Order: sequence, then structure tokens, then C-alpha cells
Amino acid sequence: MTTTSGNRGLVMDEPLLFEQDAPGRCGVDLETPEGRPLKLGGLERKGAIGLPGLAEPQVVRHFTRLSQKNYAIDAGFYPLGSCTMKHNPRLNEKAVRMPGFALAHPLQPESTVQGALELIATLAHWLTTLTGMPGVAMSPAAGAHGELAGLMTIRAALTARGDARKKVLVPESAHGTNPATATLCDYAVESIPANERGRIDIEALKEALDQDVAALMLTNPNTCGLFEDEIVEVARLVHDAGAFFYGDGANFNAIVGRVRPGDLGIDAMHINLHKTFSTPHGGGGPGSGPVVLAESLVPFAPLPYVVAGEGGFRMVEHDPSGRSFGRLRAFHGQMGMFVRALAYMMSHGADGLRQVAEDAVLNANYVLARLKGAYHPSFDGPCMHECLFDDRTLKDTGVSTLDLAKALIDEGFHPMTMYFPLVVHGAMLIEPTETESKATLDQFCDTMLALMEKAQAGNAEWFHESPHLAPWRRLDETAAARNPVLTWSPEQGKNAAA
Amino acid sequence: MRYLPQTDDDRTAMLAAIGAAGIDDLYVDVPRSAWRDGLVDLPLHQGEMQVERALAAMAAKNLHGGNAPFFLGCGSYRHHIPASVDALIQRGEFLTSYTPYQPEVSQGTLQMLFEFQTMIAMLTGMEVANASMYDGASGTAEAVLMANRVTRRHRAVLSGGLHPHYRETVETYARYGEFEIVSRTPSPDGRDDLIEAIDGTTSCVVVQTPDLFGRPRDLTKIAEACHAAGALLVAVVTEVVSLGLLMPPGAMGADIVVCEGQSLGNPMGFGGPYVGLFATKSKYLRQMPGRLAGQTVDAEGRRGWVLTLSTREQHIRREKATSNICTNSGLCALAFTIHLALLGEEGFTTLARLNHEAAQRAAERLEQVKGVSVLNETYFNEFTLRLPRPAIGVVEDLAGRGILGGVPLARFHPDDPGLSDLMAVAVTEMTTAEEIAALADGLAEVLA
Repeated sequence: MTTTSGNRGLVMDEPLLFEQDAPGRCGVDLETPEGRPLKLGGLERKGAIGLPGLAEPQVVRHFTRLSQKNYAIDAGFYPLGSCTMKHNPRLNEKAVRMPGFALAHPLQPESTVQGALELIATLAHWLTTLTGMPGVAMSPAAGAHGELAGLMTIRAALTARGDARKKVLVPESAHGTNPATATLCDYAVESIPANERGRIDIEALKEALDQDVAALMLTNPNTCGLFEDEIVEVARLVHDAGAFFYGDGANFNAIVGRVRPGDLGIDAMHINLHKTFSTPHGGGGPGSGPVVLAESLVPFAPLPYVVAGEGGFRMVEHDPSGRSFGRLRAFHGQMGMFVRALAYMMSHGADGLRQVAEDAVLNANYVLARLKGAYHPSFDGPCMHECLFDDRTLKDTGVSTLDLAKALIDEGFHPMTMYFPLVVHGAMLIEPTETESKATLDQFCDTMLALMEKAQAGNAEWFHESPHLAPWRRLDETAAARNPVLTWSPEQGKNAAA
Repeated sequence: MRYLPQTDDDRTAMLAAIGAAGIDDLYVDVPRSAWRDGLVDLPLHQGEMQVERALAAMAAKNLHGGNAPFFLGCGSYRHHIPASVDALIQRGEFLTSYTPYQPEVSQGTLQMLFEFQTMIAMLTGMEVANASMYDGASGTAEAVLMANRVTRRHRAVLSGGLHPHYRETVETYARYGEFEIVSRTPSPDGRDDLIEAIDGTTSCVVVQTPDLFGRPRDLTKIAEACHAAGALLVAVVTEVVSLGLLMPPGAMGADIVVCEGQSLGNPMGFGGPYVGLFATKSKYLRQMPGRLAGQTVDAEGRRGWVLTLSTREQHIRREKATSNICTNSGLCALAFTIHLALLGEEGFTTLARLNHEAAQRAAERLEQVKGVSVLNETYFNEFTLRLPRPAIGVVEDLAGRGILGGVPLARFHPDDPGLSDLMAVAVTEMTTAEEIAALADGLAEVLA
């Protein structure tokens, strides 16, 4: 149904900011400048910028309306595999806004920021204790940045022992950031296949491990939602070859408080605070990716880092030994994420975090158990925090994984991760997290079962046209890429899209 | 536990449905040697009140921009954030959503990113911008990598006026790549000899404006020299509010512009999270790192937005991607966009002018302190003072009097005697006359 206004009930058709511009209108009241002569050396701006003028109520309404077009974990079930969409407690938001954290400048004298340094040191202690690793580099800004920190630390350690190695091994099921990071460290990437049980193929690994291998990057639990049950043997093989074992900690939520990566033989592992430790995803960031390190790697860690001494905490910004590989960003790290993560960890405690892992694994196995009659699990046995299905039972229905995902949107659920990992055809990776109640999981499973029944009954066309009830119908991604329109321009009329 | 909805009855029923005798049955794939039967050695769970008290106690130990006369800058600035910015970014639909991979239920984030990209292009005087990077420093490193790809050359020249953390970050990214970094040393007298460092192997020159000492830089001649040699000019702006008053780098010939966007919408927060702004020319689009929101239509012809050109990115291209970046700074970009929408053309340019005037008033007052001189003839909202003794000690002494006086440049370069008596002082619309007087009086006391 079409409406005169273009709105649909509570879903408002909201123009761009630039289309609401009235010159001279302003959403802040500032003082009037004195009109002093400029001291810019003649480099002042000559023309207008082009920013739109809106009053405060217009801005508030604009962004409120935009927010209403987003799905969110606050609003409903968000089973994106590998992304760990768990509840984001508001206590964490309150804590990060305490003036002592929010208004502190990163370059203040150490004597004036002892509380901030204490917070970083405390979080570091929680992370090293939970992982059973002696050191942690806190500065990486996100998971991929943590991978970079970890691989550079490994490379620095190898360089220090005069061992120039050329390759990094990455399972074919890995996140794309793993090979991209290895390339950034100037390593050649060699892909290791999965075995028929969805784990790393040990024979292929043995074959690939030689004197040129710097590291193996392995996600555990892996991206198929499975624990790498031969991981201790994997670690032994990697170490025997003189290489380092990098763990991608994206899926730490499944084992936090129950298994310490340090006990598995891992030498370095990043932890996505925005996954396991509930810092909000914010529509795509910011994240935070501290890297825990084995003793052999600690001396090579990035700058800066916090140390505790007799006179209090210090921030080491220059490495007297010259062994650190250097700095990865400005200042000290994602402090705002540190405060939130520590608030979350302290709330759960040692007992609660273990329960987090167990409930996350229980929930995923429950979904697996309920769906496995209608959907085809890619691998046998229990899963960890996420369950993986392929599209075998959609075969000959004309309905794809994508169609099914879009139909889920109409049912009020965010789709699962689709087509990842790449080792499974038409992959559907479902990660419920510990946040969900049995009632929510049952409603989701009932829906998934009904959709499969509907697909098998021959409603391909209906699926192709899904979503029907979402704020937008299916968007044309091909057109967007073919003719990129990446900025608004005054010439571009309101409906002159693509 | 308040964050866990499952009851013990639920757990029992679910284990039965799974066909497991207990939770341990689900961990059978974990090697027995790695099982931990007891709890890790950390405190047990606590209520909201207890956690809040513990964190508040830590926060209370810090001096900060809300309880002390405050003059720090160097890449992180104290600006006023309108109340509606923080209220809006805390809407759960923004705060707790993921990367907008399902555009039909993510139009809020996607439309915002499109507006953000447009604003960044406008501010910098460039044609396209991405949906943000981690921060200005890592964005600068990505710009150098991009320039290497565009020019197929591997030698970057970094200005001595580049923020030392940015320089160190670029050097780190270069450490294991096959490329060379030529870093100029910071020069208080303004010499920066960039043009003579450019040759036929140079991929880019990286210049910050205003520079480390606070001086706005004319990039025109450097851009000409770069282009004559087939190199790109990367302009870096650590104080984005300066673009309300200064000529945009695009108008001076920059090919890539990287900014730190913290100043709008985002608190100093002891260093992060911040938001890297990244803009370039359309012709280099496919070599640009990071996510992009692009306009399209849905099946009914309605305008909408999607993430696009992802064939540059790691989740598609893996080891051949333009960057390994995945997560960016979405929520900080949202805060930036809301703040700039509130300001608009008039507010943003006025804000810039207020900053510049406040800095002038502070410089005039501080110059009167015996033994203190202002290094800069030109500046935006940050300038450098030359002190009669090492600035690190002066800053400590000021802190002892409850004044956060500035950044001693020796903090970045402890071994460079030429910087030891220099202190960078930043002044914004937040800085009051009382604060300026407190700093002037404090300086007079500690230097007496």
C-alpha cells in the first residue's frame, strides 16, 4: 500500500540531512566571535563547505527516525554466526561516561591518570588470567588490528633469532582477515584444507609445515562452530617446526572460564572485546582487540604498555631494549571499550563468565538439536557456541540460503551468517549466544522449521521476493557496485537513485 | 546472574532435548588435559551497584578536562559535545546493531554512513570518503599503503611536523612490508625540506596541517612537486575543527586526506575509541581501504543504501584485499555526523573561529609570563610555547597545582634536546578566561 507522505505507519520516509537544509539555520547556540584578524598565514578557507543547516529538533528527529530502520540486539534475536551478538549492558555505558574516564586526555602526566592506568592494568589481569597467558598487548583497535599486532610480534621474535621465514598457514575456513593480515606482514599465505570432520587436516598441516613457516593462524573454536579436538597435537607440530601458533580468539565466548588457550599451546591470540566481553558493535565498530602473548613473545609486543611499579602505574611509550616492533595507532588503546569490558567482566565474575560459555554452548546445541531433522548439519557431533548447516535440504526447491535469510527478516529475526565459512555450500551459521531464553530459541526454531516446510512445498517465488514486510524490499547491490554513488550532491534529485 | 535468562529448569529441559546428560557432554571435543574443573582465580559476580562503585573509585583518581584548567591537544581535543549527540548514539538501534550486512533492516546505519561520507568529502575538499577507519594514525598508515598501490612505488616521505604517534604507526606498518620510510625530524624553526626529498621513487609525501607545532601548512607547492614526480600528496589533519576556518587540503592539491575525527562528537576518553576519516579522489576509489555505503534502489524502486565495492575487502578478497580492516568506528562516526549536523555550515565555521580567537587570547596572555615565548607566528587553536626549562618538569609542576598545562613535546622524542623546552598548548571553545589566567599564573609560579 502506498501513502501520500511516503511514510508507512511508524516507518518514516526520512530525507537526507542535505535535503532538509535551510541556510543560516543552526542546531547549536554559540557565542559571537569578536572578529579578530586571523593568524592563519593567509590559508583561510575561501568558499562554503556545503554543510546543511538544521535546528536541534530536526536533527533529533532525523536520527531517531534513522535508528528505527535498524535491527538491533536490543530489539530482537540476532544469531549472526561468528559475530557474538550478545546483550550490551547499560551499566557499561554509564561507566564509560564517568568524567574521570571520558574527560581524561591520553597525554596527561602519569601522576594525574593513575585510575585510568589502573583500569587498563586490571583488565589486562583479567584477560591474562582467563587465557592462561603471561602477557597482553592492549592497544589494537579491533580484531584484525589484533591479528596484525600478533603476527608482527611473531615476526619480530623470529627476526630477533635470525630466522627469516616466509609463510603463514591459514585454514580455508578462516575469517578473511587472517590471510589479509598475513599479507600485510609480507608473508605468503598457504591455505590448509579442512578434514571431513570440519577440523584442520593434520596430514595436510604436516605436509605444509617446513622451515619457512612463521606461524599457523587457527581460529578455535573454529568457524564451523567446532572445537579443534587435535589442537594439542597441532601446537606440538607447529612448535616442532620452529613456528608460532596464532589463535584467532573471535570465538572465545564458547570457552571463556572453562578452557584457557594457554593450556592448548597457543602463543598469541587476539580477543574481540566487542564479541566475548559485550562492548557494543555500534553498527560496525569501534571494536577492541587485545592480544594475549606467551612468554617467548612478550618482549616483542607493541608499544605502549602499562607497568606497575612502586610509585604507581607507568605507561611505557619508548622501548629501551629496542625489541618491540613499534606502535600500531595513536595513544594507548580503545579505553572506552576497556571500561565497558571490565564492567561486564566484573559483573559476571569468574562464576558468571563460565556460565556464559556454558549457556552459549547449550543454546547453540539446542538449536542444532531442534533443526537437524529439517536442516542438514555440516558436521556430526556437538557444536560449540554456534551451529552450522549447509543448504542440502533446500536443493531443488529453488530457494537459496539468501532467500531463506531474507524470509527470516519478515519473521522479525535478524538472519544468521550466510555463505560463511566458505568450506560449506550455502552455509548458515547460527550463533544464539547466552543472551537468549529458551522461549526465544523455540520461537526461532519453530520459524526456521516452518520456513523449510514452506520452501519444500514450492513457494520459490515468494522467497525470491522476500522480505515483504521489512522497511525496505530487497536492495539492488549489483546496481550499487556498477555505478557507485558514494556521496550526495546538490544536482542529485531526491529520487534520482542509481 | 542478571544477564542470563536461562533458568535451571530450562537448562535441564534443553539438555534432555539435546540428549546430553550434562553440560560436560557438550565439551567432549576439548582435550581432557585442558579441562578446568574449578573456577579461574578471579572475583565472583557482583551487582550493578558494586561494579559501579569500584569503577567510580578508579575514575575518581584521575585529573581531567572537567575538573582542572585544561590545555592538552596533540591529536585529542576537549570540545563541547551537545547533549543530543550522546542521547542519540545510545539508542539501542544504533548502539547494539552489527555492521549493516542486511540492508533491508539496516537502513538507519547505512543512510547515516552515506551522510557521513558526504560530509567528509565536503570538509576535506575531496570527491569520495569511506565509512571510517580506526583512528587518524592507522588511517595515515593505510593512506601510505594505498599510495604505494596507486603509484607502484615504495618510498614514502613523512614530514617532521607529522604527529610522532602517526609517524611511528606508519613506520610499524612499513616494517615488514617492502617499502621505505623517509622521516624528517621535527623542526621547531619550521624547516621541513620535503620537496628536495621527492624523487622518481617516491610514492607519497605525508604532511600534517596544522602541524605538530600548530602551524597551518600551505600544501600547494608540495602538491605540485609531488605531482611533477608522479607521487601522491597525503594530507593529515589531527584537529578536524580547523577545517571550518582553514582551506581544505583538497583545494591545495592533496590526493588523499586523513583526519582524526575525535573533535566532533567524541570525548577524549583517554585516547580511544576515535574515528579515522579517509577521503580521496574518485579515480583512486578502487584502491581505497575500508567499508563504503553506496546508494541504490530496492525492488519497489525506493532509494536506499547498501555496503558496496566490497570486492576490495578482506571478507571477499582475502589475501588480495586492499587492507585487513574489518571493524571500523561506526558508532564514533555516528557521533561525528550528529554533532556536525547540529552545527551545520554556520555553527561549524563559527566554532572554528571561536577556537582560533580563544587561542589568540591565550597566546597573548601566556606570552606575558616571564621567560615564556610563543614559537608560532601562525596557528589555528594550538601553538607551541618555549619555556626557560625542560617542559616535562614544568608540566609535572603544573599538574601538582591541579593544572593540566599542555603536552611537552619531549614526551614524543625524549632524546631530542631541541624539543625539550617546548610545550604544545591547545585552546578550544571550552577554555575559559579563568583557565587561561590559572595557566598563566601557574606558569609564572613554577618558573619563578
